[in-house]
Amino acid sequence: MRLPTARGPLSGALLTTLGSAPGTHRRGWPAVDSAEPLTDEDLQLALFVCYELHYRGWDDVAEDWEWDPVVLTLRARLEAPFEAALRAEAGTQPPVTPTGLADRLTALVGTSRGPSLAGYMQRHATLGEFREFVAHRSVYHLREADPHSWAIPRLDGRPKAALIEIQADEYGGGRLERMHSELFRTTMDQLALDSTYGAHVDAAPAVTLAHSNVMSLLGLHRRLRGAALGHLAAFEMTSSMANRRYGNGLRRLGGGPVATRFYDEHVEADAVHEQIAVHDLCVAFAEREPHLGGDVLFGAACAQIAGSVTATHLLDHWKAGRTSLLHALPPCPDDLLGAAA
Amino acid sequence: MNRVGRIREAAARGLRHLAAVVEARPGSRPEQRPQPSAGDIVPYTDGPLLVRGDVPLHSVDGRAIDPGRVTYALCRCGKSGTKPFCDGTHKAAGFQAPSGRQDPRHQNRPER
Repeated sequence: MRLPTARGPLSGALLTTLGSAPGTHRRGWPAVDSAEPLTDEDLQLALFVCYELHYRGWDDVAEDWEWDPVVLTLRARLEAPFEAALRAEAGTQPPVTPTGLADRLTALVGTSRGPSLAGYMQRHATLGEFREFVAHRSVYHLREADPHSWAIPRLDGRPKAALIEIQADEYGGGRLERMHSELFRTTMDQLALDSTYGAHVDAAPAVTLAHSNVMSLLGLHRRLRGAALGHLAAFEMTSSMANRRYGNGLRRLGGGPVATRFYDEHVEADAVHEQIAVHDLCVAFAEREPHLGGDVLFGAACAQIAGSVTATHLLDHWKAGRTSLLHALPPCPDDLLGAAA
Repeated sequence: MNRVGRIREAAARGLRHLAAVVEARPGSRPEQRPQPSAGDIVPYTDGPLLVRGDVPLHSVDGRAIDPGRVTYALCRCGKSGTKPFCDGTHKAAGFQAPSGRQDPRHQNRPER
């Protein structure tokens, strides 16, 4: 993936550092001082750049930077206020027992934290807005399921089997054409969007990067394994209904079965995953590690928070008649999807 | 395990192998009959039936229904738009049912 453009002193210093050889650069980092970490463009981009070293990496950046203490020091400084902000927003949860966890998860994800993006996409979004929505989501969906896979080696027994069962399905049961990231690529191609991995990162605002960064934060820290599982459960619990609406929205705009397949597939897939995630994964995990039951709820709250700030951002920008991306997408062909664009 | 036990175990293994060979012979069973299954079906609390393992799914006339995934969920609330599969509608419908057998004496309040 091509390195993005800096958005402030932190991402600027990081990008400069990554351009040099590991082990030769020992500069100090600018102070991390962010009032609103979730919407801080500089902080979220710097964090995203740090995390990507653990996924596919960056073009022309030495791979040794992944475990270089200089970069890990910065990453820790960026993560501290980010996690603190998420915990503050999530609020303190009353203690939870494994037997009470399923109901608590259901109550938590049933509590709306913001406007309904899915409802808007289904009924009102223009084709241009739908394409922007897909560009935002591509930052995650082109590597769909990867962040939660970090949790696999941290589990044992029944929760591990449950996570494998979900992840295997996310990866299409090992069949490339059924892999969810590939289905998303097809949707992007149908909408005449660049479907190269990371193509829209440079145009993705802080809230979209934060949506991905939350998952990387929870996935890359063993101490947060409970939260990673709770995050996945919340994703799966809210996904079937939302994806049906996204699919309906795209059909309303003229999208055919090839374009909507990603959303249609998620309606049924996540109806399965939801049950496994709640009962076989989270509850079974909490039975083994009861002290982390609260973290499962924290992770679920993180998913809700990230979803809500993204929805608010998109809807506010569209309401004001502005692009929700940092750089507007190139205009789409008039005859795309056969719609009178 | 003692010597008799081991002999018994080996004999049972041999019989199972023989049975499998006979089963696998062409024409040893009617075409339409479903293959012997090694799977399970689990009702999830207030949710669908999850099917795992080798459980054939087909319509009344014998045509296979492809779930498109290894573990799949069958609708239990009757409200799914993608029957026989679950599409998550049970939540909006407020469907309630225990994971275990429902006790007819508590029809109005399902046991959890």
